[in-house]
Amino acid sequence: MKGFRISPRDGYGTEIDRSTPVNFTFDGKPFQGFRGETLASALLASGVRRFGRSFKYHRPRGLFSAGPEEPSALMTLRLGARREPNTKATMIELFDGLAAQSQNRWPSLDLDLMAINQLGGPLLSAGFYYKTFMGPTQKAWMVYEHFIRRAAGLGKATHLPDPDRYERTHAYCDVLIVGGGAAGLAAARAAAATGARVILADENARMGGALLAEAATINGMAARTWAETTATDLDDMANVTVLPRTTVYGYYDDNQLGAVERVADHVAAPPDGTPRQRHWTITAKRVVLATGALERPIVFAGNDTPGIMLADAGRTYLRRFGAAPGRRVALFATHDGAYRAARDAAEAGLEVTAIIDPRPTVSDTLANLAMDAGAELVTGHAVTRAEGGKSLEKITVAPVDSLSGTTFGTGHPYHVDTLLVSGGHTPVVHLASQAGGAPVWDDDLTAFLPGTPREAWAAAGACAGHYALTACLNTGTRVGADAAADAGFAGTTPEAPSARDDLSLDEVVFLREVKAVGKKGWLGPKSFVDLQHDVTASDIHLAHREGFVAVEHLKRYTTLGMAADQGKTSNVTGLAIMADALGKDVPDVGTTRFRPPYTPVAIGALAGRNVGGHFAPVRRTPMHDWHVANGGLMLVNGPWMRPHGYLREGETLTDAYIREARQVRQSVGIADVSTLGKIDIQGPHAGELVNRMYSNGFAKLPIGKARYGLMLREDGTLYDDGTCWRLGEHHFLMTTTTANAGLVMANMEKLLSVYWTDLRVSLSSITDQWAGVSVAGPNSRTLLKSILTDVDLSDEGCPFMGVRRACFDGHDALVARLSFSGEMAYEVYVGAHHGLALWEHMVDVGKPLDLVTYGLEALGTLRIEKGHIAGPEIDGRSTADDVGLGKMISRKKAFVGSTMIDREALIAPGRLQLVGLIAKDFQPIRSGSHLVANSEMKEPAESLGHVTSYTYSPALETHIALAMLKDGRSRHGETLYATYPLRGDHGAVTVTDPVFFDKDGSRMHG
Amino acid sequence: MRIRCPHCGERDLKEFTYGGDASVSRPDHASSDTKAFEAFIHHRTNPAGRHAELWHHTAGCRQWLVVVRDTVTHDIESVEMLGPWGEEAKPRRGWR
Repeated sequence: MKGFRISPRDGYGTEIDRSTPVNFTFDGKPFQGFRGETLASALLASGVRRFGRSFKYHRPRGLFSAGPEEPSALMTLRLGARREPNTKATMIELFDGLAAQSQNRWPSLDLDLMAINQLGGPLLSAGFYYKTFMGPTQKAWMVYEHFIRRAAGLGKATHLPDPDRYERTHAYCDVLIVGGGAAGLAAARAAAATGARVILADENARMGGALLAEAATINGMAARTWAETTATDLDDMANVTVLPRTTVYGYYDDNQLGAVERVADHVAAPPDGTPRQRHWTITAKRVVLATGALERPIVFAGNDTPGIMLADAGRTYLRRFGAAPGRRVALFATHDGAYRAARDAAEAGLEVTAIIDPRPTVSDTLANLAMDAGAELVTGHAVTRAEGGKSLEKITVAPVDSLSGTTFGTGHPYHVDTLLVSGGHTPVVHLASQAGGAPVWDDDLTAFLPGTPREAWAAAGACAGHYALTACLNTGTRVGADAAADAGFAGTTPEAPSARDDLSLDEVVFLREVKAVGKKGWLGPKSFVDLQHDVTASDIHLAHREGFVAVEHLKRYTTLGMAADQGKTSNVTGLAIMADALGKDVPDVGTTRFRPPYTPVAIGALAGRNVGGHFAPVRRTPMHDWHVANGGLMLVNGPWMRPHGYLREGETLTDAYIREARQVRQSVGIADVSTLGKIDIQGPHAGELVNRMYSNGFAKLPIGKARYGLMLREDGTLYDDGTCWRLGEHHFLMTTTTANAGLVMANMEKLLSVYWTDLRVSLSSITDQWAGVSVAGPNSRTLLKSILTDVDLSDEGCPFMGVRRACFDGHDALVARLSFSGEMAYEVYVGAHHGLALWEHMVDVGKPLDLVTYGLEALGTLRIEKGHIAGPEIDGRSTADDVGLGKMISRKKAFVGSTMIDREALIAPGRLQLVGLIAKDFQPIRSGSHLVANSEMKEPAESLGHVTSYTYSPALETHIALAMLKDGRSRHGETLYATYPLRGDHGAVTVTDPVFFDKDGSRMHG
Repeated sequence: MRIRCPHCGERDLKEFTYGGDASVSRPDHASSDTKAFEAFIHHRTNPAGRHAELWHHTAGCRQWLVVVRDTVTHDIESVEMLGPWGEEAKPRRGWR
């Protein structure tokens, strides 16, 4: 052995490529490992013992496991924008240039000043936050939060945008197999042979699971060779998809499962065209859960000392990566299977000092194994205490009662640098728990097994409590074949592979907690249950003494199992300690429910490509490119992109909208209104439907006329507004606001399908089919006369609110004389394909008329000057009467919301009513400001209402706004103050009528 | 969750929009019974178990469906189409 790297020998270091060294850094210092190993094994082989500091007490922590259950060896990986906190060193494949940093230490791993937290041990016990910061001391939290957050915690994420790409994909299969160990491979083999579509997913880089560290043979070859051959054979089959590095993290309804494939996490940066990770949504007819089991630690004083490691993890480092956990090793185990670790350690050339087993006697096989390993076999004993400076130096061993955990005497010391621990196994029932009933306790195995399936799954191998190799292969084969058959594939399936069993979990005793004699003292070593969240056995005892009985409460109070590892190594032990304290059996206490995800999932993987510009679909009008090419500042408006204003050189948006609005009132302006919702309504009951939808009368609307309509919600508040045009006896065109188009359509479809099934009406959304241009201003008619043909636009031919069919360049067009701006105005619609031509033609023809194109902001200015309501006023709270349109409401007919409009609260005094505001100090009035009576900004102040829409009015040459004000209509003329404390704004305003401009409407009637 | 639309076949939940409790009925349109409308708008039993719900196949055929579902297990018992084509879409011989 050189350093801590096992010299080359058969069966040890099987996965490392000793000819390809890999350079990496840890806390800035250079290290070297080999290709094929993990960051954890490379550090271990380099003699590193301290991997990080703990969450709460900042205790030095070592490497505890070799898999996804790792509670201690958490790393911040990579630098800069790719920096990723809380990765598990055990799951990181080594690559050249890898930069890892330990976490939660300051200033360095060896010297951590925050370790002073250990002295405050009793203060930081269970319920610390609740006890310290609830009730009268609540304010203290505000003061101390900053310090506490800094002292306790894990790694920090980067603030830079993620440079990598993530993908999402969907897959459908007959049989999904989760886990590629002995059971999973056997199941995949059996299912695939029937021709069923099979997906086999495993979170590791290579298939094989525990087989990769196994000494046994399968079908006459080394277990790891069988795994590799089987995986390759499966991958070659057309009906099988093998997904390595893929964690199936969640089991959802109807057999849909979520999985994350780490496509490029094992290289420094994803190669071109490759995503970093790929999220899979897998819909499977049947699922085989071959998720294996995790080893269970034992709770004793100082059990978190670096150098203490799970026994199977020790084997993994020795056999797969040729890395030695230490030189002088002891094993502390409660079942037969763990003895393999002692055997392998001796075989690899380590000195195995002692095997400590709490069982009073063990079989001759084990006794002989201990003798062959040169280890002293100490049965009926337990490790009571582990100690060491930088890492483990000494363990104390004393006689134990294996049932209660009580020890006797002060014990006997053993000087070792490594302690391998195994307290049994915990089947990985996470997915089964998500998709089934509560896990069921098995007394013989002292473990929770999968409960009754609620979805179409079956468990195989260690997940189902079958730990022995042959049992894994047999159940895997059977469950795989059954799954294929259940999915409709009844082909012949191969026989289970033959193997001979090695030692496995047998005769296990469940030693929950080793209780040392004598006073420990609060500075003495702690007995940890949850290593990641620093929850000790005494925290659980304390919670019990304070009256906690339910496991879900215990979990939240002590935070047991609530860290990033979700208590993979701690839950069962914690529950058992609680059960003991309560004098109950484990199944009577129950277990907490597992929820997705099994391991943390990056938000990026869930978002996939739906980020930045792809966050939502972008909808562009037919004139979009013209807007952009002509200074249009584009704005997301509902689902659409619309021009906010058309900026000329040197102009700000404010300059632009003031110029645009002024020019509309002086001559003529055009605006793109293609985005307004347009619903075509046809059928014998079209008129009846329209009349039911709007709160004002529509029954007598003549053909060729449009009417402004107000739509209410069923509860009587305002919902949407727009114009509705009667095109024929049984034919209407309803327009809606841009934002509500989809909702209004869906709502009418619902009413017609569910409640008004007697109405014969057909609805079509034609928003996208028609391009629309609003033409407004004194010269609008002049302009249109040279644009449209086959239509009489005179006051007689097309009066105010008239709708006419017309012709543009040989194409059908619709023109309606409507005004949102208060000017003489029209809306013109043509087929979407002709929208750009219409627009460009208007711009050309309009040049001599000084035509202006205007955007959303000017559109807003014009409507605010006229006191017309829009989205900010129709906020889901206001009624028609609130916005001054109460008189429009029909009292003669029933309509949606009609029964509810007179409810007490909707007509009570003191409601917010629409008013206009004029700034007294010639300052802008910020939207969202509150209206108060105080001339000075001070708190508290009663809010009398709020500002909904603001603009500078070119027509009035001052700053104006619309607002919702308590009893507003009776307050015209009053002076109030618009206050916005966050920005320091506080300005005097005069309350006015909301119609600021052209009150008699003479301009729009022409 | 997946819903078997009688018109489009089995589809992912993402294509549908929830439309509320299907067991409440809208009072007669001409009715001015405030209590009845209050019940229609606000009163829900919110059962743990069997529940008839309205779902809109928004990103599909746009039909409104009645989905009878168990709110505890999410098991779907039946899916029926509403509206003018509801009768025609009822499962019949030869229909998958």
